[in-house]
Amino acid sequence: MRSAVIVFPGSNCDRDMAVALKAVTGRAPAMVWHRDSDLPDGLDLVAVPGGFSYGDYLRSGAMAARSPVMRAVVDAAARGVPVLGVCNGFQILTEAGLLPGALMRNAGIRFVCRDVALKVENSQSAFTGRYETGEEIVFPVAHHDGNFQADRETLDRLEGEGRVAFRYAGACNGSARDIAGLLNAAGNVLGMMPHPERAVEEAHGRTDGRRLFEGLLETVA
Amino acid sequence: MKTRVYVTLKSGVLDPQGKAIHHALEGLGFEGVRDVRAGKLIELDLDEGVGDEAVEAMCRKLLANTVIENYRIEPGGAA
Repeated sequence: MRSAVIVFPGSNCDRDMAVALKAVTGRAPAMVWHRDSDLPDGLDLVAVPGGFSYGDYLRSGAMAARSPVMRAVVDAAARGVPVLGVCNGFQILTEAGLLPGALMRNAGIRFVCRDVALKVENSQSAFTGRYETGEEIVFPVAHHDGNFQADRETLDRLEGEGRVAFRYAGACNGSARDIAGLLNAAGNVLGMMPHPERAVEEAHGRTDGRRLFEGLLETVA
Repeated sequence: MKTRVYVTLKSGVLDPQGKAIHHALEGLGFEGVRDVRAGKLIELDLDEGVGDEAVEAMCRKLLANTVIENYRIEPGGAA
């Protein structure tokens, strides 16, 4: 599986993502700098990692979403290439218009950094095929702006179309309808606040994230 | 030419920062504060030829996230 990890100034989960992809797929991803205007040919996955791109200036993900490489990511998504945005990557995908809604400051103001239980809502996507619908899994979260918000009509539509991939099993950050991970209409873009790449190896303490990458590997292989 | 752009959260959107500021004001003993909403002020120093439409486009494309925020453009703000 050929993958790429986008690196912005202020990304800090890019290497975790690269290590997870190498561990599961056996192939190290290309690391693509934010100023590049092209992605490598023949990609099976683009990962937009967590961190604090551009210091979260203006809004989390706002500057990164307008960087040259994101035009190439938007084009790749339109061609059907799977795009995974985690944490700051989720914020960047909403700011870039690849996913609806917005990620606001956590309802409790505090930075939330802990393991959280998630409920798998949709196990039909390229990202979630190795999970069971309704299954509970545990991923770490570490974010200040994870409070997903959209208007009621949008939320109803997202639910109706089965686009909620993961939901927090308990209150986490104030997200509307406890949405933790969201798919685009075509199902090839997933944004999520929890970190699957930090739950891949036994040394992480949990391995629930491994199946997300294994599922992708199966889908694209 | 200075132009000011005020970016504020849409009404109905929960404002955790405004809430925290409200609590802090109460903690300091200030009474009678019903609500607090926090926003941003962005000052642009523009060439004379830059029109209102261009500033509108700046707001829509970058300065405000119109999913959750409103913006108001105030031309000619004092430096």
